Amino acid sequence: MSTPRHAGDQQATTNTPTGLVAFAWALVGVPLAYGLYNTVKAASALFGG
Amino acid sequence: MAVPSFLARERIIARPGFNRWLIPPAALAVHLCIGQAYATSVYKAALVSHFESSLTAIGIIFSIAIVMLGLSAAVFGTWVDRNGPRAAMFTAACFWSAGFLVGALGISTEQLWLVYFGYGVLGGIGLGIGYISPVSTLIKWFPDRPGLATGMAIMGFGGGALIASPLSRQLMNWYDPTYDGTIGTTPSGSAVAQLFVTLGIVYLVFMMFGAFIVRVPAPDWRPDGFDPSQVKAKSLVTTENVSANNAIKTPQFWLLWTVLFCNVTAGIGILEQAAPMIQDFFRNGETSTVLAATAAGFVGLLSLFNMAGRFVWSSTSDYIGRKPIYMVYLGVGLVLYVLLATVGSTATWIFVILAAIIISFYGGGFATVPAYLRDLFGTYQVGAIHGRLLTAWAAAGIAGPLIINGVLDARGTPGELTAGDYRPALFIMVGLLAVGFVANLMIKPVAEKWFEPKNTDVPTAASTTGDRNLTR
Repeated sequence: MSTPRHAGDQQATTNTPTGLVAFAWALVGVPLAYGLYNTVKAASALFGG
Repeated sequence: MAVPSFLARERIIARPGFNRWLIPPAALAVHLCIGQAYATSVYKAALVSHFESSLTAIGIIFSIAIVMLGLSAAVFGTWVDRNGPRAAMFTAACFWSAGFLVGALGISTEQLWLVYFGYGVLGGIGLGIGYISPVSTLIKWFPDRPGLATGMAIMGFGGGALIASPLSRQLMNWYDPTYDGTIGTTPSGSAVAQLFVTLGIVYLVFMMFGAFIVRVPAPDWRPDGFDPSQVKAKSLVTTENVSANNAIKTPQFWLLWTVLFCNVTAGIGILEQAAPMIQDFFRNGETSTVLAATAAGFVGLLSLFNMAGRFVWSSTSDYIGRKPIYMVYLGVGLVLYVLLATVGSTATWIFVILAAIIISFYGGGFATVPAYLRDLFGTYQVGAIHGRLLTAWAAAGIAGPLIINGVLDARGTPGELTAGDYRPALFIMVGLLAVGFVANLMIKPVAEKWFEPKNTDVPTAASTTGDRNLTR
């Protein structure tokens, strides 16, 4: 995580919940893993004859 | 055109402490959905049968969508940059989803024009806006690694097809149990219509998730340890800004347009014909030593390299520079095409390796171009400039298939073609890559006369709003 610098700001800082970041990555990562698994399975026909 | 306040850029300026690693999944949530556009072959045969039409007539649906992608990205690019990623992602989600729902109506009522209008026109607009929606935001969040950031998002476009293909087969199997996804079985039109409704709803939810978690950085935000003056030290990289209207007046824009056009046209040459091509390269009389199932595996392998190339090559460009990486895509690509044409038919493994690397360069070319634009024109309206550059994609989407199909039509009948019949088309691609290579070599830094005044801020500027309390 990178900590932004905000010159002269009066505004409150925020702390993005790690759980939200993990959830967001899981939400895109799980379908992508499903797609990858199926594609690798299909591509294996190329090597399995 | 104003947008509702909950979509406005000013509402999504990140507070200090915001974790920028929430932005790539927001971008992926959009690109994984719109990447479905490359999975249309799954139901193509079903639509031909349902509409009692031809492959060409059904293929037009995809062609319209890609042309609309290029046009809408060019037309709405400035709007996207002005209103920010949430408004753009929200709009893209509505168009993309509406495209599926109208398309489903067209299938159910057997009105092909409604499918053209729905998936082609409405969906195509969603594709164009969705494709460019996260790009400039990612570049601003990752000024230290723009290639990595845009590579991640645009990798999602490649990944979207990997998800949509098996998912569509599974869903159509549920809606039509007589279809089992194997070669020779075709789902009913009703199953495709239900698939469209399902995808329309799922994609709407998924893309909205991206729209509501995305944030833009405050104007003076910098990642830890990032010094913009170090960026300037690299050749071709500017810290100035050029507007989209001025960018298209520069030779650099058109040289890059040529580079993208040549790279994409050459890649499409293989992608378009992947399955029949590998069988034709190893044809012995009327039969091929490569079975249909193996050819399908080859298509899957190309999809993997297409996706991986987007991430790996674009990330690599952060280290070796944008111009050198395009010299690799085009120069090495050219050599690989020559090898494919001359020795590609000597062994299956040689053919597969050559084609896979070529396709990884094709994907890399797509993913690296936003960072190249950032280097040349700055971040000010990079999304709008990217949108206009994508007309090269639309043009390549027409030229690539025309070249390969035109040559093959002149050489013989599908099912009887051999490796030699592909050589003229492959050597045309070699010529195109040579043109692209020279165009890339000619790219020099943009002349100072095109730079915006120094106080021009990037459109992430919170300073225009004056309402810091609205930041999230």
